[in-house]
Amino acid sequence: MATIKLRAKNSSDGECEVKAIMTHPMESGLRKDANSGELIPANHIREVICKHGDKTVLTANWGGAVSKNPYIAFKFNGAKKGESISLTWIDNNGASESEETQIR
Amino acid sequence: MNMKRRLFLKGTLASSTIAVAAIAGLIRPQQLLAAWPESAFSATTVTDALSSLSGNSDFSSSAEIELNAPKIAENGAVVPVTISTKMSGVTKISILVEKNSFPLVASYDIPEGTIPYVSTRIKMGKTSNVIALVEAGGKQFSAQQEVKVTIGGCG
Repeated sequence: MATIKLRAKNSSDGECEVKAIMTHPMESGLRKDANSGELIPANHIREVICKHGDKTVLTANWGGAVSKNPYIAFKFNGAKKGESISLTWIDNNGASESEETQIR
Repeated sequence: MNMKRRLFLKGTLASSTIAVAAIAGLIRPQQLLAAWPESAFSATTVTDALSSLSGNSDFSSSAEIELNAPKIAENGAVVPVTISTKMSGVTKISILVEKNSFPLVASYDIPEGTIPYVSTRIKMGKTSNVIALVEAGGKQFSAQQEVKVTIGGCG
């Protein structure tokens, strides 16, 4: 179910913009089930690590207040077209997912 | 008799090194888990969240931080927030929502070479100030904006 959409685009001035959407319910653990009235257990991404080759370009620490199917965008310098960029997330239950793509 | 004593000593030495190694092995995974600042994310006030996140709850507002968030968010479950700054030496960008049950929403570590710019979508329980916190050169700077929420996204 869970998938990651990852795009990285190099602009003319040497900046690389990375955009990603991850499929994840991002339950904060505070929401109640509409029928049973019981709390829905927390299930959210804790850490997102984005790497350009072997170099970490962004580490994100997330709480339960990041929206469902989280979106992230950031920019970094020093990337070239065709190089690889990878993104990994780990949630509070220990599940994790990775995706790799080439910079356009 | 003497030989046996030697062997006995060797045996105890070997087992104690194994025990030490086991303890070291047990400690390591805990340290890895501690990378996610649990106490900061479970803090219920902005000040508590900041002091457990960076050990420093002092911050001054700065005009150099650009915080882009809607003035009115119809749906509190999806509020787009973009933070960028022209400051140099930025090491961390955090997003806090003052009136959420747990104010700290996200914290981004910015290594060298990464431009201090992040964009994310966050959940807001009710109308509140959104605080962008930038850590640069060991100091903390902030910018804030009120976002009016029509339908909450945290209940």
